[in-house]
Amino acid sequence: MERAKRSLPQPLRSESAQAERPATSILRFSTAGSVDDGKSTLIGRLLYDSKGVYEDQLASVAKASANGSGGHIDLALLTDGLRAEREQGITIDVAYRYFSTPKRKFIIADTPGHEQYTRNMATGASTADLAIILIDARNGVLPQSRRHAFIANLLGIRHFVVAINKMDLVNFDEGAYNAIRDEFTTFMGKIGAPAALFIPISARDGDNVVEKSARSPWYSGPPLLEYLEEVAVYAGNETLPARFPVQYVLRPNLDFRGYAGQIASGILRQGDLVLALPARRHSRIERIVTYDGDLASAQAPQSVTICLEDEIDISRGDMIVPALNAPHVARRFRSSIVWMNARPLEPGRSYFIKHTSHQVRGVIRGIHHRLDVNTLAHVDAQKLELNEIGEISVETHRPLFFDPYKTNRTTGAFIVIDPLSNETLGAGMIIDVEGKEETRGQVTADERATRFGNRSVVIAVDDSEAALLLERELFDRGAMVAVVAEADATALALANAAGLILIVSGTAPANSIDARRLATHEVVGVLERRGVLTGHEEQLLEGEGI
Amino acid sequence: MDHLDLLEAESIQIIREVAAEFSNPVMLYSIGKDSSCMVRLAQKAFFPGKIPFPLLHIDTTYKFREMIEFRDKFIESIGARLIVHTNRQAIADGANPLRIGTQKCCGLLKTRALLDGLAAGGYDAAFGGARRDEEKSRAKERVYSFRDEFGQWDPKTQRPELWNVYNSRVDKGQHIRVFPLSNWTELDVWQYIEREHIPIVPLYYAKERPMVVRGGALIPVEQDFMLLPGEKPQMVMCRMRSLGCSPCTGAIHSEADTIEKIIDEMKLVRRSERENRVIDHDQEGSMEIKKREGYF
Ligand SMILES: Nc1nc2c(ncn2[C@@H]2O[C@H](COP(=O)(O)OP(=O)(O)O)[C@@H](O)[C@H]2O)c(=O)[nH]1
Repeated sequence: MERAKRSLPQPLRSESAQAERPATSILRFSTAGSVDDGKSTLIGRLLYDSKGVYEDQLASVAKASANGSGGHIDLALLTDGLRAEREQGITIDVAYRYFSTPKRKFIIADTPGHEQYTRNMATGASTADLAIILIDARNGVLPQSRRHAFIANLLGIRHFVVAINKMDLVNFDEGAYNAIRDEFTTFMGKIGAPAALFIPISARDGDNVVEKSARSPWYSGPPLLEYLEEVAVYAGNETLPARFPVQYVLRPNLDFRGYAGQIASGILRQGDLVLALPARRHSRIERIVTYDGDLASAQAPQSVTICLEDEIDISRGDMIVPALNAPHVARRFRSSIVWMNARPLEPGRSYFIKHTSHQVRGVIRGIHHRLDVNTLAHVDAQKLELNEIGEISVETHRPLFFDPYKTNRTTGAFIVIDPLSNETLGAGMIIDVEGKEETRGQVTADERATRFGNRSVVIAVDDSEAALLLERELFDRGAMVAVVAEADATALALANAAGLILIVSGTAPANSIDARRLATHEVVGVLERRGVLTGHEEQLLEGEGI
Repeated sequence: MDHLDLLEAESIQIIREVAAEFSNPVMLYSIGKDSSCMVRLAQKAFFPGKIPFPLLHIDTTYKFREMIEFRDKFIESIGARLIVHTNRQAIADGANPLRIGTQKCCGLLKTRALLDGLAAGGYDAAFGGARRDEEKSRAKERVYSFRDEFGQWDPKTQRPELWNVYNSRVDKGQHIRVFPLSNWTELDVWQYIEREHIPIVPLYYAKERPMVVRGGALIPVEQDFMLLPGEKPQMVMCRMRSLGCSPCTGAIHSEADTIEKIIDEMKLVRRSERENRVIDHDQEGSMEIKKREGYF
């Protein structure tokens, strides 16, 4: 193996020592604006002025511009990805763009401005440190502008830039700028968002984008790019208590047992006294292992492997935390949620909840209210539709280890997955633990049904082959199911008590669903119609939204 | 942590998540610089263990000789398991880009072969080294890109993707393509290769090579190369900016014979890397069409 390694072409290096390259950080920001506010033009300009666009891409944009609009090069086309969108001339999904300056690498989550796409805005904001909100100087603050700020704030963004665009069309009038600034500042205060920086720009002409404009002498702040290069972000995560969700257990040989994961927050040091959840066992960090050698300490968001001094049974989904500063461990919590699917959120239904590296079954216990993003009013709601935002109570099958999203954007976040269609339905931001973890009386059939996603029933099928096919199908859908050849009274009683779907391949018991001579998918259809599979009472509305 | 540390941490998180949640993942290995980078990240993710999934190379048989030599040495040196899949039937039927056109040739030798290779292994997740900055239609690609039973990609059915919480649930026959380098740019990849001393195919370094000019592109003359009437090979100082099949990969004029020079060239160059791939120019938006059909 050594020999093979030596004969491999290693990177060829210049004679001179490795070129000195300044360390750069990353700034992730999202952009949002109403249609035609000039968002695409602004991004195009940032890419263009920072040389983030290649000549051949420009040429193909010029070609597309010639087919459609005007004849001049339209900077907005640089950021329009997909065919359908290009034809409709509107962006409909989150697109990621990259550019860098010597000071920073930038990742833009470019989200569409259309009213319907709250879901995309939330997606783009979820990983962003900063939000740029575009406002057309002629139109002033629109409902969409407020909605963007609201969603960005909900998703935990701490830095806001309000770019007041098309200032060239209002003669760089300071009064127009001030009016928008004052109105928006009031709004930001009302939703509890941090103070924003307001920059008067012309995306088309480049004023105050990269260089300070002579056309706005009354503006004393920095141009946009300078601010993006300088703004201090990603402070804070290291100062939070350490959280280490275990992703993967590494056991390459009998002598090594390491827990691989990405530090969600804080700092871990060799020798730290830690607590493993949910086992609640204490140990110390023996080693912090990486491919590049052991570390004395590691900080968020590094991906490392941790070895503990004691043998503790830890598996994926568990969390290693400081012994004296543990997160909440609870099955019931209150949360904000952005609903992202055409099939509405309905209380009582069973979903998968994915939280850090942990996936559990959970039930939405209730909706406290829906939030009207335009009026900020709390509205009573029985369900949450696509692109609606609300506050809910969640109960999970097994405890989650979490912090409020406001303090920790990693351990406070979760997604909701449909156990049947596998789609991602919603994005949740945990507010706090809810109620006491009560011990209740006897477990009811309803409780079992919400947890397992099925009610108890006995099904008679033709033979053992049909039984196994059906079992596999139902099991894969998350149901509690078992197959027996014959079922006596005891077996039937047990299945009923346990909430089990029992498939019988021999003599059909009384009161069983007769599925003989039915194909597997037909049986599933029957079970759905009868409400046996509780997660599947209605058909998915497809083709709405995206 | 600098930007490379941040990108590395993010990519490792993605790779581990896939290894933990899927029952049968595979890593597409194309021998190029992005693949080399991705494989290193996988080594880091599971250190001190070995990469717990196989690598899959879709070999069109039109790869440069140097690429195949490099592949075999590289795989041996890291102790990984390599699976090579080729659309033998199409080769036997004489598929080649000059005879049947680049679009059809790619369709058979890359897309078809990839889908067959994935189906043959029963993989439910396949890592690819694609980056979002490569091409416009990739800008909206998710890190986890959902593919239906036919391996096809539909921009409308992609799942929302928030934070670093990925939805790995698929039904039988469906799979997820995973792009751990989504947020890397070409420059990031080169800087990482430099910093980590990652071995790469020598074709990336500038050297005098026999070339012909075809359709405005600089095409290397390999063994069995079919010269068209009027074409004459000439020695040109050049290098490959991305590696594809030899008849369809254009070189660029370059003096960059070390990694530092490549990085400096990168910082100046104003042309995107895919431009030198002949295949993308068949039709406007052609990458998107290929992707819908199942191409990476
Ligand atoms: N006068 C002027 N026009 C602008 C400016 N920014 C954008 N536009 C124009 O406004 C229109 C919409 O811009 P676009 O970037 O496509 O808006 P988007 O829908 O927000 O992406 C285009 O015709 C642009 O040329 C600006 O600063 N000044």
